[in-house]
This record gives sequence, structure tokens and C-alpha cells, in this order.
Amino acid sequence: MIRIENMSVARQGITTLSDINLGFGEGGVTALIGPNGAGKSTLLHAMSGLLPLASGRVTIAGQDIARATAQVRARTVALLTQSEHVTARLTVADLVTFGRWPHHRGRPGPADHAAVAQALDLFALTDLAQRQIDRLSGGQRQRAFVAMAYAQGTPWMLLDEPLAALDPRHARDLMERLHALSRPGPRQRSVVIVVHDLNIAARYADRIVALKDGRIARTGPKVIALTSAMLSDLFDTRMAVDAVNGHPVVVPV
Amino acid sequence: MAERRLFALLGLLALLSALFLGWGLREPAGFILSLRAVKLAALLVVGAAIGAATVMFQTVAANRLLTPGIVGFDALFVFLQTGLVLLLGGAGFATLPDLAKFGAELLCMLLAGVALFGVMLRRGAEDVLRLVLTGVILGVFLRGLSGFAGRLLDPSEYSIVQQASFATFGTVDGTQLAIAAAVLAAALTGARLLAPALDAAALGRTTARAIGLPFDRIALLALVIVSACVAASTALVGPITFLGLLAASLAHAVLRTWRHALLIPGAAIIGASILVAGQFVFERLLGQQSTLAVIVGCVGGLLFLFLVLRKSRP
Repeated sequence: MIRIENMSVARQGITTLSDINLGFGEGGVTALIGPNGAGKSTLLHAMSGLLPLASGRVTIAGQDIARATAQVRARTVALLTQSEHVTARLTVADLVTFGRWPHHRGRPGPADHAAVAQALDLFALTDLAQRQIDRLSGGQRQRAFVAMAYAQGTPWMLLDEPLAALDPRHARDLMERLHALSRPGPRQRSVVIVVHDLNIAARYADRIVALKDGRIARTGPKVIALTSAMLSDLFDTRMAVDAVNGHPVVVPV
Repeated sequence: MAERRLFALLGLLALLSALFLGWGLREPAGFILSLRAVKLAALLVVGAAIGAATVMFQTVAANRLLTPGIVGFDALFVFLQTGLVLLLGGAGFATLPDLAKFGAELLCMLLAGVALFGVMLRRGAEDVLRLVLTGVILGVFLRGLSGFAGRLLDPSEYSIVQQASFATFGTVDGTQLAIAAAVLAAALTGARLLAPALDAAALGRTTARAIGLPFDRIALLALVIVSACVAASTALVGPITFLGLLAASLAHAVLRTWRHALLIPGAAIIGASILVAGQFVFERLLGQQSTLAVIVGCVGGLLFLFLVLRKSRP
């Protein structure tokens, strides 16, 4: 379980997150939603232990993530960020193998190769394994980076807008895979994902954490959290929530 | 595949070295050969140091256009020369013991590099660009100071500074060369150990940290090695702007790999090959002296412009 207690984060003297108290249970998909600048990415980075906190602490399975070594942290939490600009000439297989870095430290062994093969298979990248990543389409590229995060073999996957710039088919495809991964089973991962598409959140998330102005606006299971009043207040624009096939559907009105 | 190309490059360097040593050899062959061997060793040390340093620097800076020379090392060297001539006078400068001058320059540049990189990284390692820009501005400042100091010198003293400001391989001292070679050997050993971490660092700071790489520590170590390489080569022969850019760009183009265990030796071999081939052509075939650094600067500058223009194309 990830527990955040009284957390505040300041960047260049400006408080971007304040008084965050949250708990993330294991398994399932948690969607972080909120307007631009609400602090979603900052929250994700702080949860991963990569961002110094102004106050409070983040514990994962009881361990303070700020006190963990880089290797222990990277074996606990996989973080996929938005700024994935890579200058090196990597193939998809190379990239995914880098996900195993906390385990092999630059010298991958048979267990790492097996984990990479599994990640490639799981994200339908086996046929593209030897393709250069700069020759991939946007959807394939994004899948490769998510596969890299998966190959890290951590119980937690924190993904910062992995659906950005994906068309509905690719976005849905990726979310189906992540959703399947978050279900109970030997490969189960707990997925926390920043999304802007509220219907994706409504369709695939189990829990919602809504952020506004660096504070928690609402949190809970999606059927309870996703209401017209909450969303209208969150985004300062009128929104209606309906239901299609048992899933909430969000429509601006 | 990349390994085979690396061996081919090594073979090319061996061939060029043999040509450099043996072409047009006359009596007294032993004496001429010993002179040529010292010059060849200097070319190899300088080319290898600058090539290896540039690949590492570009990885840490996440930019294939930057070289240590661009962030002010060359300017610092020229500033040191100008300052010494200004303080000691032309005659005083000329009577300075070579080894002491070399040692002091090496130490000064190493300390300046480590101080610049260390302070900047501690203040905000996420912004390597800020580090680089600080270096560039510092370089402009030092060039300005050197220019000002140059105006205070009389013409004969100024010509001493001018001479010391361009790389020359004709007057390399054996002891200095041995020290520079030892620094290079230590630096390359460090680079070899750091190579896997540099592979991960090439993913960018955030991603590298996310997979458990202590990026800031690795970047600082790499920059210390870069400082040592550039300081040793510049103190030995003087600045050769753009050699690093040529060597690193060619290493990436020829080896087509991301593995620093191959890229670093590859750039070192290419850097050395450029210098040996250039010196061979100018000295043996064209009978010219002291034009190599200018030509390398010119070709490297054109490559720099080409890379910038290619990048800026929509």
C-alpha cells in the first residue's frame, strides 16, 4: 500500500501540492484527474520518491520511499514520465531491457531476457522488438515505454499521461492491457495513471483521485467520485455524467 | 556488428600510424623515427582524450552538438596563457619551467572544470542546459578578459600568446606527454567502468533516475573524467576546437550503437585517426606545419553548422 501523509511539495519556491493525505490500495487502476496545473504529475513524481518533499512523507509497504536507495526505489515503483525524449539509437528490445536496470545494473542475465520477452509479448511488441524506437508510430512508441515500465517488475506502475497523443483505438488498446494487468493474478500490478480523458477514467479506473490547485478535491471509487457536481466544480465548466453499458460517461454541457 | 566496426577503426588507426612513422623515412632513421614517435604519441593522446571526453559530455548534456570546448575550456586555456604573459612578461613566460607550467595548467583546468560542473550540478542537476550555458557565458567572459589583457601586451609578447593559443604538435615534451598519457589512461579506465551507467544516463535524467540510476553522481563522475581528458590534452598542445564534435559525430555514425563501452573507444580512435591522418597529409604530403588545428576547426565548424541546420529543419 502507498500511504501519503501530510505531504507538501514546493518547486522553485512555489507550493505545488499541499496537505496531501492519501492511501492507495494494492491492485486495480487509480486515475488522477484534474485541470492543467492541478499537480497530478507532481503527485506522481513525489509518490515515486524522485521529488524532494517540503513536508510529510510517502511510504510504500511501510517503507519511507525518500530513505530508500535508488535501486530499492526502482524495484518498488516504476515511473513513466511525459518527457520521454531519447537521443540514443535504441531498438524496442533495448529500451524494454533498460526497464530491467534495477535488477541487472547494465549486465542483463537470462532472468532479465525472460522478463523482457514477457513484457514484449504482453504489449504486442514482439514483432517490433528489433525496430528502432524513432521509427515507431506514436501508439507503438508509447506501448514500448509502458512495456519498459512493466519490465521493471515493480508492484507499482505510475504512468504520467501515457495516452497523450494516442488516437481512441490505441488509447483503448493500451488501457485494456493495463486494466487486465491490474486484475488479480501472478502478473498483477497496481496502476496509478494520470489521464485527461475523463471517459477513459470512467471506463477503466477503479478509483478516482481528483486534484485542483494542488489539493485533493475528491477521492473514492469511480461510481461515487464521478458526479456532475464534482466534475463541474473541478473543471469550472458544466459537465453531466450519464451511464452507458453500466459505465459512467462524461459529457460537457 | 559494432564490435567489428570498432576493430576496423583500430586497424585504420594502426595503418595511419605506420604511414606517419614510416613514410619517406631517411637516414638518420633512428633519430627521425624517435622524433616522429613522440609526435605520433602526442597526436594519439590528444585525439583519444578529446574524442572520448566529447562522447561522455554529450551523453550527460543530452545534446549531440555540445563539446567541452564550447563550454569554455579552450577559453580558460587561452586566458591562462595571456594572464601568465601579462604577469611575467614575454621573457619571464619563456623562462618558466615547461613541466611546472604544464602541471599548473593541467591542475588549473581540472579544478576549474570540476568546480564549474560540481557547483552547477549541486544547484540544480535537472538543468544541464543551465550548466552548459554558464560555461558558454564564462567562456565569452574569459575570451573578453584575454582580449583585454592582450591589448595591454606589447606586440612581441602578444605574438607569444598567439602562438600558445593554437594547438601545435611540433614542440611536445616527453615528460609532459607521459603525464598526459597517464591521465588519459586513468580517465579511460574510469570511463570503461562508467560505460553501462552512461548507457542508462542516455535515456535522460528523469527516466534514468526512474530506473534506479543515481544520475547526478554518474553525471558528476563523467564530468570529472571529461575535465581530466580535456585538461590533459589542452595543457599538452593547446586547444583544438571542434575535433571532439567531429570524433563524436563520426563515432555515432560509424558504430551506430548506444553502448558507451564501444562509443567511447570508438570516438577516441576516430579522434586520434583524424589528427594522425591530418598531420600526415600536411606534414608528409604537403610539407606544411602548424595548420592542422586550423583545418580541424574549419571542417568541424562546417559539421557543426550542418548539424544545427539539419536539426532546425522542420
